[in-house]
Amino acid sequence: IHNLKYFKRTCGEIFELKAELNSDKKEKKKEAVKKVIASMTVGKDVSALFPDVVNCMQTDNLELKKLVYLYLMNYAKSQPDMAIMAVNTFVKDCEDPNPLIRALAVRTMGCIRVDKITEYLCEPLRKCLKDEDPYVRKTAAVCVAKLHDINAQLVEDQGFLDTLKDLISDSNPMVVANAVAALSEIAESHPNSNLLDLNPQSINKLLTALNECTEWGQIFILDCLANYTPRDDRESQSICERVTPRLSHANSAVVLSAVKVLMKFMEMLPKDLDYYGTLLKKLAPPLVTLLSAEPELQYVALRNINLIVQKRPEILKHEMKVFFVKYNDPIYVKLEKLDIMIRLASQANIAQVLAELKEYATEVDVDFVRKAVRAIGRCAIKVEQSAERCVSTLLDLIQTKVNYVVQEAIVVIKDIFRKYPNKYESVIATLCENLDSLDEPEARAAMIWIVGEYAERIDNADELLESFLEGFHDESTQVQLQLLTAIVKLFLKKPTETQELVQQVLSLATQDSDNPDLRDRGYIYWRLLSTDPVAAKEVVLAEKPLISEETDLIEPTLLEELICHIGTLASVYHKPPSAFVEGSRGVQHKRLPARAGSGESAESPDTVSTGGVSEAPPAVIPSQGDLLGDLLNLDLTPPTTTGPPPPTSSMQMGAMDLLGGGLDSLVGVLSNTMGASFGAPPAVMPGSFNAPVSGGLSDLFDLGGGVGMPMGAYVPPKTVWLPAMKAKGLEISGTFARRSGVVQMEMTLTNKAMSVMGDFAIQFNRNSFGLAPAGPLQVLTPFTPNQSIEVTLPLNTVGPVMKMEPLNNLQVFYFRY
Amino acid sequence: MIGGLFIYNHKGEVLISRVYRDDIGLKLDIQIGGVQSKAPGLRNAVDAFRVNVIHARQQVRSPVTNIARTSFFHVKRSNIWLAAVTKQNVNAAMVFEFLYKMCDVMTAYFGKISEENIKNNFVLIYELLDEILDFGYPQNSETGALKTFITQQGIKGQTKEEQSQITSQVTGQIGWRREGIKYRRNELFLDVLESVNLLMSPQGQVLSAHVSGRVVMKSYLSGMPECKFGMNDKIVIDKQGKGGASDDAGKSGKQSIAIDDCTFHQCVRLSKFDSERSISFIPPDGEYELMRYRTTKDIILPFRVIPLVREVGRTKLEVKVVIKSNFKPSLLAQKIEVRIPTPLNTSGVQVICMKGKAKYKASENAIVWKIKRMAGMKESQISAEIELLPTNDKKKWARPPISMNFEVPFAPSGLKVRYLKVFESKLNYSDHDVIKWVRYIGRSGIYETRC
Repeated sequence: IHNLKYFKRTCGEIFELKAELNSDKKEKKKEAVKKVIASMTVGKDVSALFPDVVNCMQTDNLELKKLVYLYLMNYAKSQPDMAIMAVNTFVKDCEDPNPLIRALAVRTMGCIRVDKITEYLCEPLRKCLKDEDPYVRKTAAVCVAKLHDINAQLVEDQGFLDTLKDLISDSNPMVVANAVAALSEIAESHPNSNLLDLNPQSINKLLTALNECTEWGQIFILDCLANYTPRDDRESQSICERVTPRLSHANSAVVLSAVKVLMKFMEMLPKDLDYYGTLLKKLAPPLVTLLSAEPELQYVALRNINLIVQKRPEILKHEMKVFFVKYNDPIYVKLEKLDIMIRLASQANIAQVLAELKEYATEVDVDFVRKAVRAIGRCAIKVEQSAERCVSTLLDLIQTKVNYVVQEAIVVIKDIFRKYPNKYESVIATLCENLDSLDEPEARAAMIWIVGEYAERIDNADELLESFLEGFHDESTQVQLQLLTAIVKLFLKKPTETQELVQQVLSLATQDSDNPDLRDRGYIYWRLLSTDPVAAKEVVLAEKPLISEETDLIEPTLLEELICHIGTLASVYHKPPSAFVEGSRGVQHKRLPARAGSGESAESPDTVSTGGVSEAPPAVIPSQGDLLGDLLNLDLTPPTTTGPPPPTSSMQMGAMDLLGGGLDSLVGVLSNTMGASFGAPPAVMPGSFNAPVSGGLSDLFDLGGGVGMPMGAYVPPKTVWLPAMKAKGLEISGTFARRSGVVQMEMTLTNKAMSVMGDFAIQFNRNSFGLAPAGPLQVLTPFTPNQSIEVTLPLNTVGPVMKMEPLNNLQVFYFRY
Repeated sequence: MIGGLFIYNHKGEVLISRVYRDDIGLKLDIQIGGVQSKAPGLRNAVDAFRVNVIHARQQVRSPVTNIARTSFFHVKRSNIWLAAVTKQNVNAAMVFEFLYKMCDVMTAYFGKISEENIKNNFVLIYELLDEILDFGYPQNSETGALKTFITQQGIKGQTKEEQSQITSQVTGQIGWRREGIKYRRNELFLDVLESVNLLMSPQGQVLSAHVSGRVVMKSYLSGMPECKFGMNDKIVIDKQGKGGASDDAGKSGKQSIAIDDCTFHQCVRLSKFDSERSISFIPPDGEYELMRYRTTKDIILPFRVIPLVREVGRTKLEVKVVIKSNFKPSLLAQKIEVRIPTPLNTSGVQVICMKGKAKYKASENAIVWKIKRMAGMKESQISAEIELLPTNDKKKWARPPISMNFEVPFAPSGLKVRYLKVFESKLNYSDHDVIKWVRYIGRSGIYETRC
């Protein structure tokens, strides 16, 4: 059959189709429905044909029936009243002698999200859940999840959850698997319901079904097992023993889910146990095998291996070679392999790794080459014995004069200086030769830092820095800040010749600049220098803490959470689900069980929140009458220091870790607007608030641009600030962003109420950033029900600043360099 | 779980769109030409992928894309894009495995995945998508089972027994095989297909080498036969050697191989393999992949490539490449192809080779040297002079590695099939009546030598 013709139709044929649908001839009817589906696929609106298509539903031709059902699923929502016409046929089909038709009916009915239809679904569903045929039962099991998604209360009231639980003991493995999948999904939206009620008996049933069901079913069961916390190490071991055979499955997802269960349960095993060592050995080969899968799966596997290597480096420490990049690997595989190579680099294999990295640095893809160069720098920092070879490799690369290679090399050499001060200064001359070719802010800033730091050894340091000063206002903030600091350092080291220079830069920074960060830093230096030059010297030229290779590691609590999400999107993004999943689903945090005997009992459910950082819903809301007034308490004060210290930053996460609450997202954005990111070690986090001023400061100087800083302005995804329930139907989600130099608040307003809204206005409470709207809030009115609008509000930082103790964690950011 | 599945052509036009969950509608600032659709959210999701991935100017940077809190997974087959969409924290590995499976199923039904085939079979595809994905959860997707009831012919004529047989197969423990298969001649074919991968330094040092092998089986057996497969797995052989039986002494002298890791078709009883390292299963009917394995030790590298590149001034390169075959002289390698990359600014090439034919292919920036056959323990050589155009380009030529393709009639890993036993107690044929064929083919995977 040539179906191509179905697609070649123009608009205005609805009428013709209508006639064909009402034809007496079966064949013609079927052809007409096919045409309708084809139009639907390409996005044409064929909802006008609804009654005519539904009329074709009563047929004994299964193919035609399936097509009509497909149409129904798409359009029933827009034609709820007419969809009722279909109910009778559904109910009748649920009684059909053919199990395939019974299942088809119950499957389709669950997909039609119309309340009135849902009511009629209950009785047929109840029967189908107890159907004699396993095919119908497995379909009905999934249908419960569908119904729960439409009307959770109904599912509970009708007792479907209990029936679903019973299906876990079903004789058919596929029914068990689907029931597990459905229950797991439902349980996610009821974090505390204990719905899955996993106990040794039910676990045993699941493990038995695991051996018998389809590959997909095995994944559902393994993912569910991963949520269980064994009572002791013996139970943990026995589950591990029954899960390990899955590591030989051909389906990579089964393997990864098994790895997840093992990684989690291993936590509970005592390390001196023989079995523990055996298990570690068993994990390596399947992980390596994943790398021979298709590239997309390799990518997923590599992202997960990246986590596993951080959690348990011993598993893959001998497998460095399999991560060598192949010429034909897609770029996303190459970049990930490179990341893992650096993590596995050690004294034993560093020679091989360096030879590879040097090879990569001559490739074509710019991002890859840059990362390879950066990797060489990271090797130097990680493996001290190799530092010298790394530096000479980098110098070789600088000689190639390939612009982006040179710039990248300079950025990493700066980090090497931070790690090994006063060791490789001989290369500075070579670096200075390339001064003119640097056009990227990061490289310029790095170079300026080097010149400032070693000003006393560079004869013409003042000339070099002065040359940058000419175009001061055209430089990016990062470079401006660095230049300011470098010149102050130069002045403190060679006060006699550079007085003019320092005055010039201070006036540029304080008087001619619009940038508050730059201004503030300028004033701080100015005051320091004018009041107490000796103190200034102590502060600015203080000895800097060494950087270590740990800077790019994922923060431990997050890592633990991600290990619990192996195989899932969270492990691919390296972000907790709450960062990219909307609504209640992603909110619960998973964590690894405690090792046996460590005091923390295994009873604690795996839903304990590890975030801890102020989770109070922040809100920036326009006032609409008195109703919203209370909601507008936009509280932008910093979190109290009682919580656990916020996570340290990491390369993967950038500012993400700090997005626990809305306030933190604001912090994240602002830090980006300052042109740098969180490179600070934990020392600057709230833990050290009370440290003496100068000590705190000295820690902070020169920390910008540690290893692997994320580039570019990061915009956190929108989060719901104001749920509709709390504001009579107005839902607001939003984020802060900096676009073309202006801080903006971006919001999505959704009218979920029944009536039209209007008269929007916005007011900011006094906050520590001095944020205030730069213009009125413009919302297109009338704002009709079910409409949603994107609103962007430009902000400035000239509003009243909330006064605070002189040095808290937020203001600390102003002093960073 | 998967919220929706879309298939696009290379222009980004939607060929198939199946939505499983309402949540995937996007609220994006993307303007779609004046037409207001009844499901604006959905169209936005469809368009977001087109705009951000298919029409994106640069190369695809990741197979997973997150746009406005919606995740898109994609795979590409020729110029067709398959995209799965979700808003939840789904099992990413599963989604990709499913997309591959989806491709396999479509190929099994209508051959190559092309725009024309998809348009011609869109009704079938929708029917398949309805069956193998329910509310975004993958269901049984074994083609053998699907073909029993998704036929595009209607299933009117089935008796009640047939229907329940279908459902029990689709949901059953042995979802990959149906009951009541009969052959007059019971026959099976075993192919050991290996791809040998090598990365060698210019000095001839092996940087990495591994064999990834597959055992592909075509079985035409009656009933529900129980099979047992044995090979020269080191662990098994050593275990038997320890048994110390006198007639095993000869066998243990045989070479055995160390398998790094292996994975099996879902028909293989994994727990049995884990405990006894025996491979037992009830095979699907027809062709399927029984196992995959990987070895890294004692690999027989069928060819050695010795490159010599010399830059003569700025406008000339001299290249000499020697290949040596390293296997029994009685065996013949076939389809040998050596690909020597040339710089982008090549203006002319002169080649001389001892054997076969060599050609400079400007469009591929490479000299391609082809030899039809070559016996073991032989050697051949090519030399070329490459003229270069003078350029101002500062960027150095990346010198991609020299790659090789070939096919040899043995398994480079050293794997040998020891037995494949068939037991079918209910029918009257025994292991001896089954005709068995075994074949070994070693092919080059990524076989590269840096120069």
